[in-house]
Amino acid sequence: MRALRWHGKKDIRCDNHVPDPSIEDPRDAIVKVSSCAICGSDLHLYDGFMPGMTHGDIMGHEFMGEVMEVGSANKKLKVGDRVVVPFTISCGECDQCQRGNFSVCERSNRNAKLADKMFGHTTAGLFGYTQLTGGYDGGQAEFVRVPFADVGPVVVPDGMTDEQALFLGDIFPTGWQAAVQCDIQRTDTVVIWGAGPVGQFTIRSAILLGAEQVVCIDNVPERLSMARAGGAITINFDEESVIERLNELTKGKGPEKCIDAVGMESHAARSIDAMYDRVKQAAMMETGRPHVLREMMYVCRPGGTLSIPGVYGGLLDKLPFGAAMNKSLTFRMGQTHVQRWADDLLKRIQDGQIDPSFVITHTASLEDGPELYKTFRDKHDGCVKVVLKP
Amino acid sequence: MQRKSNQEYRNNHAARKAARSLGWLSIGMGVAELLMPRALASTLGLPGSVGLLRLYGLREIATGVGLLMTDKPAPWIYARLGGDALDLATLGVAAQRGYEPVNTSMALGAVAAVTAADFACARGLRQEKHPVTVFDYGDRSGFPQGAEKMRGRAATGQGSSQDAPQVSGMDAANREAPNRP
Ligand SMILES: [Zn+2]
Ligand SMILES: [Zn+2]
Repeated sequence: MRALRWHGKKDIRCDNHVPDPSIEDPRDAIVKVSSCAICGSDLHLYDGFMPGMTHGDIMGHEFMGEVMEVGSANKKLKVGDRVVVPFTISCGECDQCQRGNFSVCERSNRNAKLADKMFGHTTAGLFGYTQLTGGYDGGQAEFVRVPFADVGPVVVPDGMTDEQALFLGDIFPTGWQAAVQCDIQRTDTVVIWGAGPVGQFTIRSAILLGAEQVVCIDNVPERLSMARAGGAITINFDEESVIERLNELTKGKGPEKCIDAVGMESHAARSIDAMYDRVKQAAMMETGRPHVLREMMYVCRPGGTLSIPGVYGGLLDKLPFGAAMNKSLTFRMGQTHVQRWADDLLKRIQDGQIDPSFVITHTASLEDGPELYKTFRDKHDGCVKVVLKP
Repeated sequence: MQRKSNQEYRNNHAARKAARSLGWLSIGMGVAELLMPRALASTLGLPGSVGLLRLYGLREIATGVGLLMTDKPAPWIYARLGGDALDLATLGVAAQRGYEPVNTSMALGAVAAVTAADFACARGLRQEKHPVTVFDYGDRSGFPQGAEKMRGRAATGQGSSQDAPQVSGMDAANREAPNRP
């Protein structure tokens, strides 16, 4: 089959003779991918910020398609079902899964020992996302093996297009969880750093959940226009002072809820602290550049909440933790417990409350994938979200 | 979904930030040349050029202030490039005389690096003259019924913004009490 594989830093290729996957466990399913997407967190792998990739790993954790083959113990799926697959692999039976903490499933990471060393305890296996999270083959391919396929995959009803359903596997639930974890109140100002794909869904989620004011911060004009279309007030940090505008919008009190939808790539502001981070990162002394986190801790209203859907990989430095502690801030974060939200969000799409296809700006074939990684990373050509059709 | 786009002229924010930094650098250099021309002249191997260095200091300060005050930094960056050429020529003369060969060549290296930065900045500013394609996603609300109508739809009850939760006063704090319902 054809698949996008990682051959090194900034070297992703569409390879033609990759072995087809096969059922390895009775609960597995094999899915023929009809649509897959490139995610902001794939860029961490592309840029080599995330350790643990090995030569020839298949990329991609946002995908959907048709079930081709089902293992003997899988009672949920049948051949021919159209499914969208959550990017977190969960067993559905361990203590964490039972509590709904699917993204920290105790059993789905095949390399749990490695993850134990890195994080103290293992987290769930993920598709196409380093050996640290199980080394599972990803979905930017013609076929994928889906482990524990009687837990994760969501059957897509007829009449719903791929473009509407695809993002149920990651970025829609991710934006939704980020907003839900803020416990949004009617009079809240919710500020979202980052108008990328996750930021866009966070905006729509905060609106659906009833926030009075939703503000989005970025410096890419076309992304900001998309944010405004979704109901957000926008701040372009290249053109105005974030702190002054936020004070103006909240009568000097600061926003109650702050959401970091940027994560590790927050290099946007060319400030002194961003340069400091770049140097330390080059020396491998820290893995993230937490400019956004610092700003959130500083501007958030005392007693407020910081929600962090943005992905971080390792150590952060120079965080104003004193400000956060003394201001009584609450931190909520985590990889998305996709299975917790997907069914509800599917109903909202069916109900016509939201149509997730708005975010797609580029559609192409798998062969064009490597080129589009670059386009997406550099935010060229107005790129917000790339969908590939294997 | 179709994409709306148009041609627009854009400020190059990176180049403009660089221009401001170069402005501050100019002022710093200028002040140094103005205040301690004698020390500089002997260090650089330019004895007898004290007056010239003072003039260069005035030039640096003028371009620096210009860069910091203006909305159109390009001409000021060209002025800096002119100044860079003068500096290089002057240091070239010093190198030929050879009073302080090590210091002079170090200074030449530094000025060459600054000149490269000026060139890069000028190139960045030139890009502003070319229109770029800008996409307008103002029609991509994602809400088939419009954003305002959807505010609070996922809240309890009928799903309007009035149904979004609002816990206030001590009730908010009491939500953490052990006997909460
Ligand atoms: Zn993703
Ligand atoms: Zn589990």
